[in-house]
Amino acid sequence: MAQQGKIKIETIKEKKYVNWGRIVDVIIYLILGLIALSTVLPFLYVLAGSFATEKELTEKAFFIVPSVWSTNAYKYAVRSANILRGLRNSVILTIMGTSLCMVFTLLFAYPMSKTHLRGRGFLMNMVIITMLFSGGMIPCYIVYNAYGLYDTYWALVLPALISPFNMIIVKKFFQELPSELEEAAYMDGCTDLITFVKIALPLSKPVIASISLFYGVGFWNDYFASMIYLKSAEKFPIQIQLRSIILLTSQVSDAMMDYYDMNGAPPDKAVKMACTVIATLPILLIYPFVQKYFTKGVMVGAVKG
Amino acid sequence: MAKRRRRKKPVVPVHRISTPLYMRRHFWLYLMLLPGLIYFIMFRYVPMGGLVIAFKDYSPFRGIANSPWVGLQQFQKFFETPDFFRLLRNTLGINLLQLVLYFPAPIILALLMNEVRHSAYKRLVQTMVYVPHFVSWVIVASLTYQLFNVTDGAFNYIVKAITGTTVDILSKSGAFWGLIVGQDIWRETGYGTIIFLAALSGVDQEMYEAARIDGANRLQLTWYITLPAIRNTIITMLILRIGGMLNTGYEQIFLMRNDLNMEMADVFDTYIYTRGIKNGQYSFSTAAGMFKSVVGMVLVFGSDKLAKKFGESGLY
Repeated sequence: MAQQGKIKIETIKEKKYVNWGRIVDVIIYLILGLIALSTVLPFLYVLAGSFATEKELTEKAFFIVPSVWSTNAYKYAVRSANILRGLRNSVILTIMGTSLCMVFTLLFAYPMSKTHLRGRGFLMNMVIITMLFSGGMIPCYIVYNAYGLYDTYWALVLPALISPFNMIIVKKFFQELPSELEEAAYMDGCTDLITFVKIALPLSKPVIASISLFYGVGFWNDYFASMIYLKSAEKFPIQIQLRSIILLTSQVSDAMMDYYDMNGAPPDKAVKMACTVIATLPILLIYPFVQKYFTKGVMVGAVKG
Repeated sequence: MAKRRRRKKPVVPVHRISTPLYMRRHFWLYLMLLPGLIYFIMFRYVPMGGLVIAFKDYSPFRGIANSPWVGLQQFQKFFETPDFFRLLRNTLGINLLQLVLYFPAPIILALLMNEVRHSAYKRLVQTMVYVPHFVSWVIVASLTYQLFNVTDGAFNYIVKAITGTTVDILSKSGAFWGLIVGQDIWRETGYGTIIFLAALSGVDQEMYEAARIDGANRLQLTWYITLPAIRNTIITMLILRIGGMLNTGYEQIFLMRNDLNMEMADVFDTYIYTRGIKNGQYSFSTAAGMFKSVVGMVLVFGSDKLAKKFGESGLY
């Protein structure tokens, strides 16, 4: 009897503890929800604003659903030759740059993943030194210009071909592949190259996806290198165009002037928002598909050694 | 160490083939290395050689080889400019503010996420907070401009409704450091949690259970189990953070600065750009850049040594 009573008391205590934990849980969930919301709200505001009328934008402080929908801003953004050219340039640069980076990175990482490779230690040190020390902005600028890269996309692509950080992630991934398959292929007389193409690569989709995302985002988002190395306006990528539209408050030039002639004041604010959306959209579209891979990729990189 | 040596010792003596034979047998491996090797030499090491112009009076017409040596004159000139103190103050100011506010943010967020038991909710939060990391600085600057500008930014509508006046964060020089660190926190906190969550995923769940049976409450679980589990990661990140003490994202600062906040916004990186690429003072700005990267390296190695002295495992 006495024992039974004791057990009862304990369960009551336990219940009280759980209830208190619930409150903490709710608070934590709320905080996290607010943080998550704060990262997304600016995007939602700009997205809503890009579909809103200029009148609503000047009257209301903040909204995420416009009361009157309008696609005017996009019509004028798309009419601007600068934006279209910028988009096209960025797409070309991103695809060309990412594929070249992937080829160089994968090719270099595969031999480096073989522990039996002679000279591996030396090469690894060579890579790590570049992570700790670099020539810096000006020597790079002088040397790359001396290679004749000025005002070409090569000035943006070639210096970025292998990111040591990404290379190490890929190398780690290759190292963790089951070695039996490759050994079997080697026994069957496959060369290292064929083993790499036929066995290692098909097994490496997760790391290829996440590293491509890293490189691709790097090229799409690049602003500084384009600003330094590109001179001709017709080569400017979308980020440079976007900056001149939004931050230098120069209007959406040609298309805006057309509109101005026709209808008076241009939908300045909405067009700026539409341009922001256009420049962000490609990344937001690709992101969900790659997201499940990249946490894994970064995690591999996080393990020391 | 001892373990590794024992493992390496083969049970049956293996004939180690000579290096030329090995290289012939793995010809393809070396061929695959070649493009990368050329890349590292041409695009990473040759520019390092270009650092010699810091000790010269380089002019593009004479070329690197024909420019006269001037010793440490460029460095001296750099330290003696009245700009130096201003640059140092701004760079360190932004970085110290980052160390205090931006560095702990992902750790706190990771600890909060670790408390969430509904994996669907956790995944939803993760998906949302990672997004800003993938957005360019130009977009971040655009969003900041659209939300905070005085004439029609959403932020100032709210401020005006409450206080009756507007605050021009974008052009007040006193607000610049906070603006930069705020942007960093918004953009990188979520992504920064990945590395800590990875370390946390390795924690044995039985430890929590055992501690709970011993009567530990949630705060104690966090303090005695969760935090020690990510201690090494925190220290590694701290060493890297301190090593980057003279670095500031130049894209970001370049995009946010303007004539009005320039006094607090000019940092080493923007200065090197303006002096070097815009004004063509190549040797001078190379010296400035070299000073920055040498100090950065000393800081990494120094903090690494310090960490090891306190019994931590450090970077290497």
